[in-house]
Amino acid sequence: MKRLTTLLSVLVATMSTSVFAEYGLNMTEGVTEISKNIYDLHMMVFWVCVAIAVVVFSAMLYSMFAHRKSKGAVAAQFHESTTAELAWTIIPVIILVLMAIPATKVLIDLEDTSKAEMTVKITGHQWKWQYDYPEEGISFISNLAQDSKDAIRGTDEDRKKAGNDNYLLDVDNRLVLPSGKPIRFLITASDVIHNWWVPDFGVKQDANPGFINDAWVEIPVGNEGTYRGQCAELCGKDHGFMPIVVDVVTQAEYDKWVSEQQAAAKAAADSANKTWSKDELMAQGKSVYNTNCAGCHKVDGTGMPPVFPAMVGSPVANGEAADHIGLVLHGKGAMPAFKMLGDSDLAAVITYERNAFGNTGSVVQPSDVKSAR
Amino acid sequence: MTTATASHDDHHHGPEKGLMRWVKTTNHKDIGSLYMWFAFIMLLIGGALAMGIRAELLAPGMQLMEPQFFNSLTTMHGLIMVFGAIMPAFVGLGNWLIPMMVGAPDMALPRMNNWSFWILPFAGGILLSTFFMEGGAPAFGWTFYAPLSTTFAPDSTDFFIFAVHLLGFSSIMGAINIIATVLNMRAPEMKLMDMPLFVWTWLITSFLLIGAMPVLAGAVTMMLTDRNFGTAFFDATGGGDPVMFQHIFWFFGHPEVYIMILPAFGVVSHIIPTFARKPLFGYSSMVYATASIAFLSYIVWAHHMFLTGMPVAGELYFMYATMLIAVPTGVKVFNWISTMWRGSMTFEAPMLWAVSFVFLFTIGGFSGLMLGIAPADIQYHDTYFVVAHFHYVLVTGALWSIIAATFYWLPKWTGKMYNEGLAKVHFWWAIISVNVLFFPQHFLGLAGMPRRIPDYSLQFADFNYISSIGGFAFGASFILLTYIIIDCVRNGKPAEARPWPSAKGLEWTLEPKAQYHSFNTPPSRKLIEQESQNS
Ligand code: HEC
Ligand code: HEM
Ligand SMILES: [Cu+2]
Ligand SMILES: [Cu+2]
Repeated sequence: MKRLTTLLSVLVATMSTSVFAEYGLNMTEGVTEISKNIYDLHMMVFWVCVAIAVVVFSAMLYSMFAHRKSKGAVAAQFHESTTAELAWTIIPVIILVLMAIPATKVLIDLEDTSKAEMTVKITGHQWKWQYDYPEEGISFISNLAQDSKDAIRGTDEDRKKAGNDNYLLDVDNRLVLPSGKPIRFLITASDVIHNWWVPDFGVKQDANPGFINDAWVEIPVGNEGTYRGQCAELCGKDHGFMPIVVDVVTQAEYDKWVSEQQAAAKAAADSANKTWSKDELMAQGKSVYNTNCAGCHKVDGTGMPPVFPAMVGSPVANGEAADHIGLVLHGKGAMPAFKMLGDSDLAAVITYERNAFGNTGSVVQPSDVKSAR
Repeated sequence: MTTATASHDDHHHGPEKGLMRWVKTTNHKDIGSLYMWFAFIMLLIGGALAMGIRAELLAPGMQLMEPQFFNSLTTMHGLIMVFGAIMPAFVGLGNWLIPMMVGAPDMALPRMNNWSFWILPFAGGILLSTFFMEGGAPAFGWTFYAPLSTTFAPDSTDFFIFAVHLLGFSSIMGAINIIATVLNMRAPEMKLMDMPLFVWTWLITSFLLIGAMPVLAGAVTMMLTDRNFGTAFFDATGGGDPVMFQHIFWFFGHPEVYIMILPAFGVVSHIIPTFARKPLFGYSSMVYATASIAFLSYIVWAHHMFLTGMPVAGELYFMYATMLIAVPTGVKVFNWISTMWRGSMTFEAPMLWAVSFVFLFTIGGFSGLMLGIAPADIQYHDTYFVVAHFHYVLVTGALWSIIAATFYWLPKWTGKMYNEGLAKVHFWWAIISVNVLFFPQHFLGLAGMPRRIPDYSLQFADFNYISSIGGFAFGASFILLTYIIIDCVRNGKPAEARPWPSAKGLEWTLEPKAQYHSFNTPPSRKLIEQESQNS
């Protein structure tokens, strides 16, 4: 019933500005120079189309109204007019040329990545994004946030609460970028084609496996905040579930974030050198498994045969540790490679698979993974 | 008495009786009907899949299915609508109408005609059977981009490839047949510029088919060898290039979209003059515009690929070429409106569909123009804005013209009139619901909803809800359409030979229900001139 009222109010009030804001009827203007240029271009072409539509459709509607047999209209017999035909060939050409000029300018500007002062590498995986800051030595994976995952098959209430009103648009690890700095993105993929899209930046670029595309963005100072987007190229089963969240912060906050990340990375590397207890591995492994593997192999390890095999009773998980490590590191067919995960995480998840779900495999240590790389 | 029946004396064989008539027939009218019924059934199946899609999208959250099955639904919906419904329906119209319009007794290659139809049910059957295979039906979109359709695709993909090959054979044979019929079987007294526009548009479409379908066959063959025989055309680890797949696909794909709209232009160019009681405006510019659209359609393919990482020069070229297509398309729209201008119009069902075609197709053309602006396409690409665009050109364009043509020529096919009152009810039902279905998708796309997703964030909930309601209503309208057609075939009142008094065309000189063999002696020059659209 509530839906029905919304439906009616939307239908009735589509033209009022408040509704425009609330329901997002139009393209976002965004916050970058490029997104604003795109928006202006979009509005220009839109109004040109509206103007042409008004002329063409009023002629048509007038004719349908006035030139009706029931109104006693008698058909004229003309069927040609060179002047008219020339006019409606040449005038559209002129309009198109006038539209092409600003479009060309915007296009050339947005393809020019030469001004960039820092680089972020973005890699699409089925179904998550990996972000690398090559100069700072930072690398992490960004998955759909757990509360959104849980709400997919939950109630309307769950979905309202998920990610503070950002159901399906929230992640565990956000990309962090400084404002006021031109940034180059290098975009690629490891398996199928993905597309990295943040509407407010005016950046949308295919991530092609085996090739690197670039794009750039500069978020003007004063626009710090959170920006969201989604994968925009069908990439398989969970294409709808690999959002993008970017935190734009000031340069000072960014520098602080970088040193924190570097410290955390160092701690992780140190922990890979020690020997872990089985309980530690199992606890860590469970969380790594649920974020990275459960999408295909299911939380309870039953998988989705025949495409995604079950972990329960899996010959690999109960077999030689070396084979298991190799398969997870390098992938096989539709099983993605996971070499971007750290040694401890990999050791933990492999140990977990070998000992959870009623399996009886051996314990794998980070050092085993390290030597298998 | 008409020319044709007067000379119909030496062989009196009518159709065979029973089921074998349809299996063995080489008659263009029988085959035309087979095509039309096949297309209609596929339309209903494709529509049922769409109901599944809209049901899942009715509200946020996954309620009815797994995401993978959702992807199978969108993929199969697209494939069935394009290859199973729209294309066969136009071939069916061509089969029925072209021989009658050019004063021929039948198609030039009748046995091949039988074959090109009978391939279709098998191809369609194979395609649909993938739903029941292990791993599910193809789920990579109707554009089947590699490597999602090669390394990462379900096993059923090899059946999909086989089905596409069969469909391609069928289309190419159909196209050859139409070219041969128009060029060799045309009444000797009929010059090319006497031909009705439906014949012209189909002739040009046939050349598009012959040019484009082999490219599609090449693309799926490369997929087949990548999947099974160790090649790496589209696999970067073996030195291939996934973007090359898109170039090949769209080199087929863009001409393909014009394959689905040029015959529609032809249909509308027949109906509007009839009900405006006025000659078609600009016959020759219609012919030239069709030919230039066909030419341009071969050189704009990469406007579907602005985000693949093309060099700027390439993007600029494809943007300019794409914008150019708006010019001949505009010429057509202006000509139709000039035909209506100062006419004496009535609005029987065929005219309602034709006029609303002009209106709604033009809306699709506007969004096409917007999509062609490369920088703006950054925000539009792969969103619901594109979904709205191609449904306005394909549903309220191509499909609309097919429904218009059905009502317009149904009296000639069956010798009976359909129920005009019901047809009008159906029209209003369909046109209101189709706009409730597709118009809000423009807003969804602009607000940032990607296409091909089974679930969405809450900000998109209201418009998806509206769109789904429109979808169910539009789907239900086809029940009424089915009734109207069956009612016409069974109980329709007898039609006159020329049920629309101001209609022109040789087909109207035949008996009310066109005789089994149309023109056994070619029509005279005088008759051709009388019935010509190019007056
Ligand atoms: C994109 C879906 C997907 C994800 C995510 C995924 N896998 Fe797999 N996995 C597969 C597929 C498909 C296979 C079967 C590969 C084959 O044999 O061709 C597989 C096979 C396996 C096997 C061998 C099972 C057997 O009995 O043959 C193991 C072990 C495994 N995966 C571990 C993992 C781990 C660990 C993770 C998370 C770090 C993971 N997988 C994430 C798809 C996935
Ligand atoms: C004025 C003429 C037209 C122009 C300028 C135009 C332009 C475009 C552009 C640029 C795209 C790509 C959008 C994107 O993916 O970002 C597109 C998509 C599409 N167009 Fe058109 N178009 C026109 C007419 C038509 C017609 C007549 C048809 C079919 C009858 C059609 C069918 C399609 C289809 C099916 C797609 C989507 C393909 C997909 O699945 O990705 N278009 N159009
Ligand atoms: Cu995706
Ligand atoms: Cu195109």
